[in-house]
Amino acid sequence: MEFQFQFDWQAAINAIPFLAKGIPYTLMISFGGLAIGFLLGILFGLLSINKNWFLRWPAITYIEIFRGTPILVQVLFIFYGLPDLIGAPIDPLTAGIAAIALNSGAYISEVVRGGVQSIDKGQNEAGLSLGLSRTQTFWSIIWPQAFRRMIPPLGNQAIVSIKDTSLFSVIGVGELVRQGQVYIASTFTAFEVYFVVALMYLAITLSLSLVLRLVERRGLASI
Amino acid sequence: MTQIVKMKGMNKHFGKLHVLKSIDLTVEQGEVVVIIGASGSGKSTLIRCVNGLEEYESGILEVDNHPLAPKAGNQKTLAEIRKGVGMVFQQFNLFPHLTVKKNIMLAPMKVKSASQVIANATAERLLERVGIGDQADKYPSQLSGGQQQRVAIARALAMEPKLMLFDEPTSALDPEMIGEVLDVMRELAKDGMTMMVVTHEMGFAREVADRVIYIHEGKIVEEGNPSEVFDNPQNERTQAFLSRVLAH
Ligand SMILES: Nc1ncnc2c1ncn2[C@@H]1O[C@H](COP(=O)(O)OP(=O)(O)O)[C@@H](O)[C@H]1O
Ligand SMILES: [Mg+2]
Repeated sequence: MEFQFQFDWQAAINAIPFLAKGIPYTLMISFGGLAIGFLLGILFGLLSINKNWFLRWPAITYIEIFRGTPILVQVLFIFYGLPDLIGAPIDPLTAGIAAIALNSGAYISEVVRGGVQSIDKGQNEAGLSLGLSRTQTFWSIIWPQAFRRMIPPLGNQAIVSIKDTSLFSVIGVGELVRQGQVYIASTFTAFEVYFVVALMYLAITLSLSLVLRLVERRGLASI
Repeated sequence: MTQIVKMKGMNKHFGKLHVLKSIDLTVEQGEVVVIIGASGSGKSTLIRCVNGLEEYESGILEVDNHPLAPKAGNQKTLAEIRKGVGMVFQQFNLFPHLTVKKNIMLAPMKVKSASQVIANATAERLLERVGIGDQADKYPSQLSGGQQQRVAIARALAMEPKLMLFDEPTSALDPEMIGEVLDVMRELAKDGMTMMVVTHEMGFAREVADRVIYIHEGKIVEEGNPSEVFDNPQNERTQAFLSRVLAH
């Protein structure tokens, strides 16, 4: 018996409206999580290079824990584990955003640390010798330069985090993959549905890459 | 006479390395002091102590009547001293993300709360003074090395310092650009600026210095006016150093 597989375009097109309902969730979890992760990254990244050991070690501990464990375990821990501790359930959306925030925050901390440390010592000395305080020197001289260098790795992290949200179907949040699974359960068109899901991720990540390329070009023009 | 810098028995180590050995040195207002010596002898460390970029361990250091204690000193004193002391670095250290004019406006606006208008006028005046009034809106990377170093001088002057420190300001420059930077420094000296200059430009030292200091392994071994030091050095280390650098 010969087996012939035919890509069913109609099935793929029919799936789009249902799958598209997952996009807002994917975007909300990714960008909500990344926004918080960015703030965590600045905070813990700067703490991790502080001269004071008591500020440095909690930051390094946080970074190592969240870089060293799988994000899937992190989200399961937050969604199923934490409620036992706090005595209240956590909704899947919140758990997803928290997982992206904490996870990307750890990686962004390293991006921030690397960016700041890549700036020549002479910049700091020039600022101080002009009479600027350490804080003024950092925020008006070091940070703007470091931030420009951080844009490509930040973009990279954003793309990784967007894709990481696909794992959160396990906690039942209605993002893209979850929508796909639900749809397939009644139509059995796995090939077409995952194909469309993949295209939707690609559309999101490619748009982001494009925006980042434009930002980078503008930012670097002056250096 | 007002003493702008007073050092007495100053010592500094980097780990086990004794970099500055019991330095006694005073700089009077309006004086140009040129510091010479072999690479690694402690010239940079010496002038970097003056504005607190390096700490020292023992002795006395007073800058413009502010005593700066050993080991970091007091942050307020440090800030006060730095407001009145400009520094020019070998590698320029301009801020690459700011235009030339903004490089100069930054410190007056942040430190002295100068208005945008005043800071702008100051920047334009200083850029004229160092001969690059037409480059104000460019970024540092668009300028030649000599132009960049002149911007760095203008940036330091914008804080109206009482003392200017120069750490080998022409060592990173192509030979054809050294002259334009030395010209600006010569003008500054003529206008009465107090200056401490680390340089290997012996011609400049001879012409502009009121006093030349030779440092050997962290110690001042010779000190005098240019003709004393260059034409009749007393210490054999100085003689050896000068015959080496003046030979070519
Ligand atoms: N930050 C530092 N840490 C350790 N050693 C240093 C440091 N800076 C300078 N040194 C050492 O101190 C000595 C004096 O350096 P420096 O003042 O830069 O000399 P110069 O400017 O005369 O070339 C050198 O041996 C140098 O290697
Ligand atoms: Mg030096």
